[in-house]
Amino acid sequence: MIYFDNSATTPVCKTAADEMMQILTDNFGNPSSRHEAGLRAFQALKLARSRVAKAIGCVPDELYFTPSGTVANNTALFGAAKMMRHFGNRIITTSLEHPSVSEPLKALEQNGFEVIRLPADRSGKLSLSALRGALNAKTILLSMMLVNNEIGVINPIAEASKIVRSVCPRAIIHCDAVQGFGKIKVSPSLLGVDLLTVSAHKIHGPKGAGALYIKQGLHLPPYILGGGQENGMISGTEAMPAIVGFGAAAAALPADLRTTYENVQFLRNRLVKKVSQTSFVAVNSPADAIPYVLNLSVPGVPSEVMINALSDQGICVSAGSACKKGHRSEVLKAIGMDTKRIDSAIRISFSRFTTENEIDRFADVFLACASRFLR
Amino acid sequence: MKEVLLLKDGELSLKGQNRSTFEDILVKNCKRRLSHLGKFTFTKSQSTITVEPMMDEAIDWDEAVKIIGKVFGIVGYSRAAICEKDLNTICKTAQAYLSDTLSDAKTFKVEAKRSDKKFPYGSPEICREVGGYLLSKNRGLKVNVHQPQLTVTVEIRDRYAFIHGNQIKGAGGMPVGTNGKGMLLISGGIDSPVAGWMMAKRGIALSAVHFASPPYTSKRAEMKVHELLSKVAEYSGRIKLYTVCFTDIQEAIRDHCPEDTFTLVMRRHMMRIASVLAQKDGAAALITGESVGQVASQTIYALGCTDQAASLPIFRPCIGMDKTEIIDISRKIHTFETSIQPYEDCCTIFTPKHPKTKPTPELLDKVESVMDWSELLKQAVETAKEEWITQEESI
Repeated sequence: MIYFDNSATTPVCKTAADEMMQILTDNFGNPSSRHEAGLRAFQALKLARSRVAKAIGCVPDELYFTPSGTVANNTALFGAAKMMRHFGNRIITTSLEHPSVSEPLKALEQNGFEVIRLPADRSGKLSLSALRGALNAKTILLSMMLVNNEIGVINPIAEASKIVRSVCPRAIIHCDAVQGFGKIKVSPSLLGVDLLTVSAHKIHGPKGAGALYIKQGLHLPPYILGGGQENGMISGTEAMPAIVGFGAAAAALPADLRTTYENVQFLRNRLVKKVSQTSFVAVNSPADAIPYVLNLSVPGVPSEVMINALSDQGICVSAGSACKKGHRSEVLKAIGMDTKRIDSAIRISFSRFTTENEIDRFADVFLACASRFLR
Repeated sequence: MKEVLLLKDGELSLKGQNRSTFEDILVKNCKRRLSHLGKFTFTKSQSTITVEPMMDEAIDWDEAVKIIGKVFGIVGYSRAAICEKDLNTICKTAQAYLSDTLSDAKTFKVEAKRSDKKFPYGSPEICREVGGYLLSKNRGLKVNVHQPQLTVTVEIRDRYAFIHGNQIKGAGGMPVGTNGKGMLLISGGIDSPVAGWMMAKRGIALSAVHFASPPYTSKRAEMKVHELLSKVAEYSGRIKLYTVCFTDIQEAIRDHCPEDTFTLVMRRHMMRIASVLAQKDGAAALITGESVGQVASQTIYALGCTDQAASLPIFRPCIGMDKTEIIDISRKIHTFETSIQPYEDCCTIFTPKHPKTKPTPELLDKVESVMDWSELLKQAVETAKEEWITQEESI
């Protein structure tokens, strides 16, 4: 099987799986327990926290484990809005966000907050000039994704933060970095953000663990209440196997992200070159997008048909416009794609384990399918 | 407390000479459906079938009642307690067994049936004794012999007395298998499972055919069909499913026929393939979920053209129903939620923008004459995948 859907989820790497097994069978304690078993689990939790913190570029105390990226985003947005509601009611976001951001914001909008959704510019990125125009004294919160999950463009978060800080120094900035983590630097200080979301299963860790970075000194009210785990931020007994797997996967990330990035870029370029030799394949991802994501169209061949055909040949990719029927991808529209191209878009997403052989085999099968269905 | 189930067969009692055969089929159907819950004996007398556990084992009666409620041919059923034929014991058992319903009810009456005529008390005496006892035990309960909320029935049988509350409405209809077999054309939409259910209700056993066009249609669409049929199978019993690979034929239609006839030619080929499979499977009719006027391929003219391609009668039980009426049934039989999952099926690909709504058989014969379809049709029949669909393990 060739698995080219790493933006949806990734296979768990061996070291993570091994460490998780240990937690499932041997070190099974509840980190809150006072006895020896609890203490050992607590130490495993602590190690996982410092490993993920290191990979992000923050201190362990600023990192809160959550059951998923979605819970982290919900906690960030509901918490920040509640905390800041006396200072204003404007929330700024982009029209490209993942539902785990856009849906909580919709709920806040129904509760009286004013939500401004910035459109993408022609390159598919967050438009800084639109951002400047939207900022006002009432702005309390911003939420912007780092890497777009559909075409892989990298948003200028650091520049955006600078602009926000100069106009609204008090506003809280949240960044959903789920698709960027493990591929490019997501350090909160570099990006200039107060809250940042990551997830384990996009970096060869397991499903069931995410994390929210909360800048030291920022006292967000918790969204999930209970036994007070994670310093009161995320109550609920820690999902130890998933968290420990997250820690192991973070520790296994290459120290030098740049080299891996260039390797993947080489592979992506190889594929782009192969498919561009035909007249019927259109590349939707901009050249400066993250190389881990490649959005392509064979106009005239619906996404679903291509996905099924590739799946029959043992190749996993996803629809390029991950959206419900009747709702076409905002980002593809923003970069000027017509309906035919959007409806045929597929998303191919690589990992640091992707090989040249896989790329070549994919190109052959993909082009064969395309020409068959274009008849 | 030992319990039994009492099943009432309704329409069966009208069927004269055939009645015993029909009852045998009903008993066989019940036996098969209940087999995973334990061993039971079935005793027929008048129009009641008594279901009794064979061994002295604990039976999951809640589950058994759920299953029996979906067996066609049963108009009503009661879950009853068994006790010794002693008036005092009967009174106490009635109170203990029905205590919840008695305390909820405001009015009640007692009915007695004596099939054991040697029992020392007559029916009016039994009613009086049991009624008086229950009144003394339930404060606020009143007797109402005309419209009681609860009717407590005491049946004096040969060996035991049975005691039960109100009869529960059964699935009705006729036992599946008493009216032969039909082959259901199932796409994955809302209508076809309902059509299958309706025909099964009339005693027709089901087999099914699904047309898949990979890669235009996905495996998930096939899984959806499995799920739908397993829901229908809760009523109809197991269903043999034939999955036909339809891709080549659909591509040939796209390449050789005018666009506005795509769907009609496709429907006609489906009928041809289904007719052959049905005959092979011993089915005597085809069943579809078509409803007149619902879509372009279901106009009165289009249906006429489709009919002509089938070599067996086509039953269309939804033909005169509104969509909302069909949806009501699909909700009742719990197929609706599955039906609305959004996967492409063979009827939603290559759909013409402006389909012909007033086609004639002559026109379609002419359109189809552009090529020889026999080889493709033969291949579709021969390569059809066969599998049994049963009700899901946990209902």
